[in-house]
Amino acid sequence: MFEAILVMAFGAVVLGAALGYAAVRFRVEGDPLVEKIDAILPQTQCGQCGFPGCKPYAQAIAKGEAEINQCPPGGEEGIHKLADLLGREFKPLSAEHGVEKPKSVALIDEQVCIGCTLCIQACPVDAIVGAAKQMHTVVAPLCTGCELCLPPCPVNCITMEPIGESVETWKWKYPVFKINPAQREAK
Amino acid sequence: MSALQRLFKFHGGVKPAYNKEASTGLPIAVAPASTLLVIPLHQSIGGMPRPLVKAGERVLKGQRIGGADGNASSAVHASTSGTVVAVEMRLMPHTSGLAALCVVIEPDGRDEWMERHPFDYRSASPTQTRDYLRDAGVVGLGGAVFPTHLKLNPGKQGKLDTLVLNGAECEPFITCDDVLMRERAETILKGAVIMRELLAAGQVLIGIEDNKPEAIAAMEIAARAVNQAAGDSAMKVVAVPTRYPAGGAKQLIRVLTGIEVPHGKRSTDYGVQCFNVGTAYAVYEAIALGQPLLSRIVTVAGNVSGARNYEVLFGTSMRDLIALCDPLPDSDRVIMGGPMMGLLMPSDDVPVVKATNCVLVGSKKLFPPPPPEMPCIRCGECAKACPSDLQPFEMYWFSRARIFGKAQEYNLFDCIECGCCAYVCPSHIPLVDYYRFAKSEIWAREIEKEAADVARERYEFRLLREEREKQEKAAKLAAKTAAGREKAAAALAEATKPAATPEEDAKKALIAAALERAKAQKEQVHPENVSNLTSEQQAEVDAIEARRAEIREMAKPHLRQDD
Repeated sequence: MFEAILVMAFGAVVLGAALGYAAVRFRVEGDPLVEKIDAILPQTQCGQCGFPGCKPYAQAIAKGEAEINQCPPGGEEGIHKLADLLGREFKPLSAEHGVEKPKSVALIDEQVCIGCTLCIQACPVDAIVGAAKQMHTVVAPLCTGCELCLPPCPVNCITMEPIGESVETWKWKYPVFKINPAQREAK
Repeated sequence: MSALQRLFKFHGGVKPAYNKEASTGLPIAVAPASTLLVIPLHQSIGGMPRPLVKAGERVLKGQRIGGADGNASSAVHASTSGTVVAVEMRLMPHTSGLAALCVVIEPDGRDEWMERHPFDYRSASPTQTRDYLRDAGVVGLGGAVFPTHLKLNPGKQGKLDTLVLNGAECEPFITCDDVLMRERAETILKGAVIMRELLAAGQVLIGIEDNKPEAIAAMEIAARAVNQAAGDSAMKVVAVPTRYPAGGAKQLIRVLTGIEVPHGKRSTDYGVQCFNVGTAYAVYEAIALGQPLLSRIVTVAGNVSGARNYEVLFGTSMRDLIALCDPLPDSDRVIMGGPMMGLLMPSDDVPVVKATNCVLVGSKKLFPPPPPEMPCIRCGECAKACPSDLQPFEMYWFSRARIFGKAQEYNLFDCIECGCCAYVCPSHIPLVDYYRFAKSEIWAREIEKEAADVARERYEFRLLREEREKQEKAAKLAAKTAAGREKAAAALAEATKPAATPEEDAKKALIAAALERAKAQKEQVHPENVSNLTSEQQAEVDAIEARRAEIREMAKPHLRQDD
């Protein structure tokens, strides 16, 4: 009887020590759920969701403080992915946070730019280069199309240009079979 | 000559109607250059070459007009001499119907070459040779246009067992490799000798489908001559059974060597590398003659009465090329490539590029519209036909349902888009269209994800930088105020110090001595204007002094009041 208790107690101590060690050794830094949500978000850092960036929005979603349909750049597909990840119901994009737009990049009209650096300060991904009283320009491959540089510009010289398709980025379309090609030809 | 080569089989495949006879009756003809040559800058896989010429410039035949952008890219050259009319966006020979940057050259008709020098690859390093081939614009001419210099690398071992020359040409209608082998076998093998040397390959296996007896005969004669000259039996021409797609690189390697290159590996990992016969020809021209890749053999076939192979300068309009072959009046489409893998062209006014092995003219009669797509009945015929050992029906379901992750798990990217599955499908499902759709969606997502990762990194760095700047500012401010406080504290300490240390005594003594010296010096110096005064002057001075004393006396009570 006593031996049995001893054996069990010993087992409990060993396992407890092992678990305790594992808890310290394999500790996960940060919140894995936030990371997963953040990976789905488009990283536009536009703030249209009402949070100052994609990460804060991801944290809010993880805490259950925000809905999953507040990200216009992520679009319907992003909402579907978030719904799948979190086991929540799909909701259409909330209208108050904006609408899904084709992906665009900012373009500075360099003739009009006065070199005030306000857009440089506004850009969340440091995609605008320039200096005070010098012309500014957007590094297009880095621009996320967040539109945050538009409001601070005192001379309204920034426009959003939609990214057109090129031969390299062109996508094969979903195969659609024409129901009645014979009729169409007859016309 | 040698023992019979043991052949292996690849899985699946189909036997479509070959339709090759029409274009093999006549020898290769040189197609005249169009009135305008439109040469796209981006003709191969890899980075987009930079334009090196401007509108109005005169160019010579073979002059580089597009410089390779990085190593995984390939240069582009002027196909003939003339004047650059424009560097602008022109319609590309691509199903999308989109435009891309092209150099438009108006030929002057003189066809004047630039200076050509053979490249001494024996005394050059392998890297130099590869750079040379990159700048000569040599790419794979089998249809995939992969830059050849990237493939001419023997890998880690520094040598290969087998160099495979691909003359199988399995796709219906296309005969450009066939006629090239018939007419220019020696040149192809000279190229193969160079490639073999660069790759340090043990043997060269030339795989040709057995429906091309003339090509096999011509290549055998040439191979015998090469073997005799070299005194070995490295070059072997092997007739392979005719079955589509025997000309796929992995399939031909499998048939010739029995090696099955697994997913995610390269054939060089197994000591094999595969090139098209046309590529070997281009390598010879580039290295031995110093001529960059400017033209290729193009089969014009299909709904034409005069199907034939032409040597065509890149940039020649397909419309001009087709006009040479008397197209039938009911022609309604142009396909680049063959009927199985070819791409439908948006118009016939697109240029011939390095990837154009065949210009196939189609009509409703020749290629009737496919019957309606029926539901998949899960018969498994597609899996039986797949030469890549995939499960096409699984990939189809997941692609159709847009579950791309699952489609990828079924190795969608190992699909070579040969079309065998769609060919045998009893429900007439355009399977390859679904795979192409899924592949391009996956690629787009991949690119988007990369962009998002970059954006996240940059955003986080910005936050970090802002935080750091804030801290630095705060630290500076704190340092400033701390310094002020310290000064004040030091002054206070000085005032309230009770006793001086011996060191400070010494300092004080020094200061006192210095003051003493200054005083003595001052005493030695007298103001000049108060000596040797006349009595009048003295009296005046005394009066002034007296007035001053008086004023001082008068001011005293006020000063005290002020206090």
